[in-house]
Amino acid sequence: MRFQEFARAHGGTRFPWASELGREPDRPPEVANGSPSLCSDISPLLKDPAAFRTLIDLLEDHLRASFPQIDFIAGLDSRGFLIGPSLAQRLGIGFVLIRKKGKLPGPTESVSYALEYGKAELEIQSDAVEPGQKVVIVDDLLATGGTMWAACELMKRLRAEVLECLVIIELKLLKGSEKLRSIPFYSLLQYD
Amino acid sequence: LCSDISPLLKDPAAFRTLIDLLEDHLRASFPQIDFIAGLDSRGFLIGPSLAQRLGIGFVLIRKKGKLPGPTESVSYALEYGKAELEIQSDAVEPGQKVVIVDDLLATGGTMWAACELMKRLRAEVLECLVIIELKLLKGSEKLRSIPFYSLLQYD
Repeated sequence: MRFQEFARAHGGTRFPWASELGREPDRPPEVANGSPSLCSDISPLLKDPAAFRTLIDLLEDHLRASFPQIDFIAGLDSRGFLIGPSLAQRLGIGFVLIRKKGKLPGPTESVSYALEYGKAELEIQSDAVEPGQKVVIVDDLLATGGTMWAACELMKRLRAEVLECLVIIELKLLKGSEKLRSIPFYSLLQYD
Repeated sequence: LCSDISPLLKDPAAFRTLIDLLEDHLRASFPQIDFIAGLDSRGFLIGPSLAQRLGIGFVLIRKKGKLPGPTESVSYALEYGKAELEIQSDAVEPGQKVVIVDDLLATGGTMWAACELMKRLRAEVLECLVIIELKLLKGSEKLRSIPFYSLLQYD
């Protein structure tokens, strides 16, 4: 079953965007200041075990069809942590963490990136991946693409190969996938 | 580094074993659990997988300001200053049975705040569950009467 159909069937009032799939919404989601929006809230997907299983099924199927070998799933702090380990388990591979600066122990690499107001830094442990290893980076949402871009830069520093950046929801209006340029990108759901 | 669970996530067999052990413990301890609740951020690493094994859902407990919609929040003390945890008001219903998970129990401040949030929603905390307990910091005493379980204890 396609995820859109499943989301529509299980949508209700907590999944407002699910019923708007493929149509222009009345109002674009609020993403200024990184303030949370109900439109892109994946809590209902986590709360319903059948919905979560379907989500992981769809992501697993996509990755198995796209890449014969993946060494690790890398997930972005914090909501990438919700889906990354389950997805890695399905593929029989490990999961590595990409975190906000100062959270990881031991030697790390870090990259700065711009926020709407100010900047932030992402970090990875220096021994998380080895040069040449193949990684898929996951997060729940692609907005401006700043965080995902920084995650790709971290992988470059470790000389790992980013096979793809993968998200559940893409906010197309913010053109995040353009920021990622030549790196393959995949989203399950697109919201204008 | 002593309490860094990254190696457990990086090795798929180790992670599977971790979830096996937590699943076995919960199945043996509680005939019914409605949700696993996980603490931002490292509880997010284990909670959804554990919930899936048990065939139940996962709810998020986050730092203040991260969750959309109506929320409940609780303040708790940090070593320097204070912090706030939040849950969505409709995450759990009164009387529902929840196991709260995180990777580590240190002073117990965060876990205590998570239990308080569940009290606000009138949910029942069956147990607070962590991978690693730092016994020297006596966090389990802070939780008082709430059942607590850790896979590994360090002095």
